[in-house]
Amino acid sequence: MQKLGDFKLPHFFNYPPYFTLQPIRDTREKQVQLWKELIIDYCKTQKVFVIGPEEEFPLFSNPVIERSLSHDAREVFLSALVQEGRAEWVDKGHKKCLILWLRIQDWADCILRFVKDNGFEDGVLTVEEIRSGIDSRGTELHGMDRTILMKALKLLEHKGKATIFKGTSADDEGVKFSA
Amino acid sequence: MAGRYLPAAQLTGSGRPVLHPNEIESSLLQSVDVECEENPNFPHLKSGLLILTTHRLLWLPPESPPNSNSSSAAAAAAAIPLAAVTHVFPPKKSVKHMFASPRVRLQVSASRDGVIGERGGEGAGARSLVITLVLRGSKSGGGGDPDGFFGRLWEAWRGRAWEGEGRVRVRRIAMPVVGISGLLRREQEIWESTDKTLQDAFLDLNALMSKAKEMVVLAEKMRQKLLSGLANQANAVKDEEMGSKQEMQDWMLSVGIASPVTKESAGALYHQQLSRQLADFVKLPLEKSGGMIALIDIYCLFNRARGTELISPEDLLQACALWEKFDVPVMHRKFDSGVMVIQNKSHSDEEVFERIKALVLKPDALKIGISPSDAAMTLGIAPAMAKEHLLTAESKGLLCRDVSPEGFRFYINLFKEIDVNNIHL
Repeated sequence: MQKLGDFKLPHFFNYPPYFTLQPIRDTREKQVQLWKELIIDYCKTQKVFVIGPEEEFPLFSNPVIERSLSHDAREVFLSALVQEGRAEWVDKGHKKCLILWLRIQDWADCILRFVKDNGFEDGVLTVEEIRSGIDSRGTELHGMDRTILMKALKLLEHKGKATIFKGTSADDEGVKFSA
Repeated sequence: MAGRYLPAAQLTGSGRPVLHPNEIESSLLQSVDVECEENPNFPHLKSGLLILTTHRLLWLPPESPPNSNSSSAAAAAAAIPLAAVTHVFPPKKSVKHMFASPRVRLQVSASRDGVIGERGGEGAGARSLVITLVLRGSKSGGGGDPDGFFGRLWEAWRGRAWEGEGRVRVRRIAMPVVGISGLLRREQEIWESTDKTLQDAFLDLNALMSKAKEMVVLAEKMRQKLLSGLANQANAVKDEEMGSKQEMQDWMLSVGIASPVTKESAGALYHQQLSRQLADFVKLPLEKSGGMIALIDIYCLFNRARGTELISPEDLLQACALWEKFDVPVMHRKFDSGVMVIQNKSHSDEEVFERIKALVLKPDALKIGISPSDAAMTLGIAPAMAKEHLLTAESKGLLCRDVSPEGFRFYINLFKEIDVNNIHL
């Protein structure tokens, strides 16, 4: 079994047609599906939040069979994830793509659980504390992408469960959670 | 039926006349009646296709619409041997005849009970009959005006092409052949006469045209010789020699439309007749190439067989398009990629797919896939054709592609086998 670090690659990763965008509709649908699952699976286990179609990404080439995805193919597979709500383009030029192996709503639920577990209701936390503080160590929140975290916090604010305070710099934005 | 009084004319599967050796078509006319007033029992031959050759006048029954079963009721194709014709009368020119269909009358010799044939006029009680050809369609039809037709008929009749054949066949080299020097001398003579024929042929185009018939005869002779040679010493001949003979034979086979349909001879009937001739011609190449052949290959083969009477690609396309209207066993097909082929109607894609499937499931092919040339070798067809088959198999979901710097390869489609919910299975 081929591996990328500690990530187990599926057998079809060595199947050369997997790396060529298939022109026949039914075949392509299945191919896109398999790519979506593999990308999400990999990002989730490896905690990857952002993929750039133009940048190196371990899944997009297979040195064993000397194949790599064309730019068009990368864009097709990422766009398919975006369409399903499991990814978002950061910019209009499609240079960066946020991979949401948890949906924003799920991230928001994670934050609420973290707040409850640690008794931070009615308390104030900085955004950086949530991402990299001692308390979040060992949870899914630790090391998460700032853009995604902000989106989740804004969702909570929208629902009236949190208030975001602007600090003097981006580093010290604060959040107050309400019970 | 015509068979009683006129010799029957044989037709090919696609409705072209079967010509005798050395017989060449010279003119075709549509909507022609053949009548014989002196014989009340003479068959009704109404508005058929009249073909003038160097040897015969052929009358083909009018086209019955496809899928109708009225063929049994229609009159059969008939022939008037020009050998039986004793005189030809030109179409009359008078005010009275200006409004009627032009008529050409022939005097033919027949037996006592009115049977017309090459030997019909021999023996006791022979008599003479007048046959009238009513050229109903000659104003709009092919082959030109009635006068032009008459001229060609006159030419063919006076040419007496049927008389020369007997003599050609019995002619021999008279020199006695003695010993090795005799054999060598004979070889030399044959070589010289062949060389002269070739030189004469290429002197100028007109000469080539008149030599065309001889060239075909020569090619035919060489082929016969090769065939008999193969039969006699099949065991003794070395492989290499066999190969070259095989090659020679293939060349000979491809020379051989002695009477190509031309615009000049067929006029407005040109494409229709060309289409039928083409349908007869493609049978052999189709058989050799496994039931499907590229249109471009047929274009080359067909033109080579026609010799000097080349056709344009446009003519070929039109001839193919007309097949839909005739009951012929071949069809024209255009692939999605634009490549055009000719194939047997019975040709089945399924059968080809089975063979491709067997090929891609071999252990090697599972690992590295197959290229169009791999498929071409296994299927015994041209690579361009093989690629079309592979692309069709891909569109059916049987194969999928791999495009890399190493080239374009096909693999068995495994995508549908993989479970999305358990990709590590």
